[in-house]
Order: sequence, then C-alpha cells, then structure tokens
Amino acid sequence: MEEKVIYTEKLTKRFGNFTAVDQISFEVAKGEIFGFLGANGAGKTTAMRMLCGLSRPTSGTGSVAGFDIAHQPEKVKRNIGYMSQKFSLYEDLKVWENLRLFGGIYGLKNKEIAVKTDAILRELGLKKERESLVKSLPLGWKQKLSFSVSIFHEPKVVFLDEPTSGVDPVTRRQFWELIYQASERGITLFVTTHYMDEAEYCDRVSIMVDGRIEALDSPKTLRHQFQASNMDEVFQQLARKATRIE
Amino acid sequence: MIALSAHKINKSYGTTQALTNLSLEVEKGEIYGIIGPDGAGKTTLFRILTTLLLADSGTATINGLDVVKDYKQIRQVIGYMPGRFSLYQDLTVEENLHFFATVFHTTIEENYHLIEDIYKQIEPFKTRRTAKLSGGMKQKLALSCALIHKPTVLFLDVPTTGVDPVSRKEFWEMLMKLKVEGITIIVSTPYMDEATRCDRIALILDGQFLKVDTPKNIIADYPYTLWSVQASRMHRLLRDLADSPFIRSSFSFGETFHVTLNHQATPGQLREFLMERSYSDIAIQEIQPTVEDCFMLLSKRQA
Repeated sequence: MEEKVIYTEKLTKRFGNFTAVDQISFEVAKGEIFGFLGANGAGKTTAMRMLCGLSRPTSGTGSVAGFDIAHQPEKVKRNIGYMSQKFSLYEDLKVWENLRLFGGIYGLKNKEIAVKTDAILRELGLKKERESLVKSLPLGWKQKLSFSVSIFHEPKVVFLDEPTSGVDPVTRRQFWELIYQASERGITLFVTTHYMDEAEYCDRVSIMVDGRIEALDSPKTLRHQFQASNMDEVFQQLARKATRIE
Repeated sequence: MIALSAHKINKSYGTTQALTNLSLEVEKGEIYGIIGPDGAGKTTLFRILTTLLLADSGTATINGLDVVKDYKQIRQVIGYMPGRFSLYQDLTVEENLHFFATVFHTTIEENYHLIEDIYKQIEPFKTRRTAKLSGGMKQKLALSCALIHKPTVLFLDVPTTGVDPVSRKEFWEMLMKLKVEGITIIVSTPYMDEATRCDRIALILDGQFLKVDTPKNIIADYPYTLWSVQASRMHRLLRDLADSPFIRSSFSFGETFHVTLNHQATPGQLREFLMERSYSDIAIQEIQPTVEDCFMLLSKRQA
C-alpha cells in the first residue's frame, strides 16, 4: 500500500461555539504535492496548526509523518518542515548562520551541517552570499533559501504557507521547480497559495469552505467536475458558497 | 487634469538604491496601478507621494501641491491605506472610523455614502475591538477610514496581499465604484492579474519602472508571437521545453505553458519535437500575452 504521510479522520477544532474546522478527513501520500486552498477565514490556518502539532484537535484524529497529532505533537514537530512568508529566516544572521542554527535545532551533527550547507548554497547559486546578512538578500532569494532551510533535516513532509506571496513572477516559477525536486526526492509537500495558477501545479488540491473540505481531487478532475476552464473558476464557484461571516 | 505628477524621484537607504529616476503622471479619476513584487520599491514610492518620506532628489505634486512644501494641505486631501495594518487595535470598529472622521474635521454621516457599501459589511461588528477582526474585515475598515474624509486622491498600498481570489475580486469591484465617484486611485499590487483592472499601469522592479502604459498597449507591445502549449505529462514537459532548440522562452501558466519560439522556428517543428519525445494530446495555440508575460519579458530575469 502507498505510504500515507498525512492522514486525518473527522478532524475538528472548535473555539467556544465556533467550529473553525469541521470534521475534515483526507490522506496525503509520500512525495505528493498537495494544495490546501480556501478563502480567508475558511479554516486553513487552524487546520494547518493542528497538523503541525501546534493546536490540539477538539475531536477526530490525525497523524503526520507517522505520529499522532493529538498525543505525540513533539514528535510531529521534529519530523516536519515549515515555511511561511511571515516566519522564515533570521534577518540579522548571516546566510550560513541561519543554516547552522536550523540544522542544530533539528539535531543534525556539525559535520552534516557543514556538508549540507555547501550543497545548498551551490544548488541555489548563493555561494558568494554565504557571509551576507539575510536581510540584505532580495526577497526571491530569501524565499528559496528559506525553503531549503525548511527541508534541511530531510523531513517526511513540509508545510508551505503561502510561500510565494509577493514574489516576482520568474522567481515564483523557480520556486515551484524546487518544490518538484523535493517531491521527486520523496518529500511530501503541503502547500497553501492564493495564486490559482499554482493550484494547477499540485498533484491534488483540496478546497475548504466554512471549515469543511468541499472538493478534493486532481486539478484536472476538479476542472471537469465543475465544468471550469481553470482552477480560478473552480475556486470562485466553491468559495462564493461560503455563508460564514468572517 | 493632472492629479499627481512625479519627476525623477530617487531614494536610497544607506547603500541600497530603493528608487531610481521614477517619473509618473496620473490623470484625475484614473485608476493607476503600480505593479511589481515585494521589495521593488512600491511602498517607498507611496510614502514619498503621501508626504511621509522625503526623496533624495526629484519633485512630486498632488493636485498641483508640492509634496515637500505643501505637505499639510496634501494630507487633508489624500487618503492612504498602508500595506501594514495601521488602525488603532484597541479601539472598536466604530471608534476608529469616528476618530479618522474627526481628525479630518468631518463626520461619518457627511460622507457615509462613499463607504456605505464597504462599511455595512462590517457594521454588525462595530462594537468589536479592531484587534479581534479577521484580515478581511480589517481591510474593509482600513479602506473605510481612508475614505471617510472624501479624499480626492486615494493611495492603496498592496491592499489585496494575502487576500483570497474571491475577496480580491470583490475588492476591485469596490474600487470601480469609487472611480465612478471621481476619486483618483493609485494602487499597488504584486498580483499581475489585477493589472487589467487599471486604466494605466507602471511595471516596477528593483526601484525602476520597466514600462508605463495602458494594460492594452503593454500587451500589444509584446514583440513575439506567444503560444500556449499543453501535452500529457506536464511535469516533464517543463524540462523538455527547456531542452528544445526551438524555444526562446517558456514559462508555466497554470494548466499550460506560455512559449515563444526562436527566430524562424514554427509551431509545427515544436509539435514534431514533442511527438518524437512521445508526448500525446499535444495542443499548441496562439494566444494573447498577459501582463505577467510582459513583466517577465521586460524583467529579463528569464530562467
């Protein structure tokens, strides 16, 4: 059987009498690029926080990278990667210092860190920037470096929260090439984005509306199912059904 | 009538050149888009035009008033919605709106018609503290506060960043209504698909304008024939297109690739090339470029 890296069964989160995430059930396979879409306020962030072991589910179950998200959240955290535009790298540290820091946090040995640092800087064409402060790098480079840091410890799954927001169009596409490469190495990618062309690059996509997953399939199947010519139309059809007032 | 005019604006922070020789002119009642990624200089330009930051050199006027000399008068007649949420988090929705109305010597009632469509969506929460609002509601409140004194020129700095596609569409519909009221709107965005909603746009990268024109003209100026290419196994197609001797440029665009061909190469040759590499369901079609295609070509950062 195909290895399931993410698995949830009726996963639910309530805040008081507000159900932010309402019984979502889905699976993500090893190496899959999974797009996690939804309007603002649909419950994506809450769901992601549960999957990352940062928030305890009210009910339902889930496992990520082989660990139970409710009972083994610390193990979940150690076995995943995470990147968002808001939090990524330490701006006041040099490029190599960021890699050193994150490598250390995830328990890599000094020698491993040194070897991997060289490899990453070479791959990204950032060798000359080794000693530069991160804040001096252009946004696009930062985002690529930040992604490499998030998979520095070879996690089974990496969560990317709007990783390309505000990035220039060429770099945005290069970023997706990095995502494909990680997928080919067997890393599972769980991605949120507001760019609907990027939804198209995912193997499968789920769309959340008012706390529930209203659609889940390959972009191609979803386009057929909703008789839409692209994912933006699919999204517009579904998200307009939302009744929840943010 | 010219609502805004800027001439050869330069600004640097230490050794970083943030803006280089930017000039622009915005007509009264226009929606003028500054389109480009984060870090391109959009916010610096907005801060200079809204009198909050001094340029190193260059001049700018709003309604004929100088941004340095006449800054006090300018502040009375412009509205500014910064990219970073800047209302008072400890005040309620209604208190914030009332505060901004008072500061500008007006009342909520006087210009309510301008904000009605937007404000009535958040009115049910008017006694809620602003800190407790969702992102979408904060955005609507910030726009209401920027409009309450009936500005003649409205500056919106990346108002749709982090906003989902449905809400983005709604936001632009609101802007279209404000345009009808005669308000000049200068709006920045990293989303290239929003460019076509503007009357004119400036494409900005690394502190420089790549091009300034109507979206229609920018698209018409695209110098190559653009083809959309689809085939089975889209993942692999990316690399094979990069290998093909017929391709000048190739970029993924959702479910298709946008491709320009080398001089003298034909779509027929490309089709044969792909068939040799055993692709099926090959579709090659001439298409109109988008603003994003134009931006990538002009930015010369081609992969």
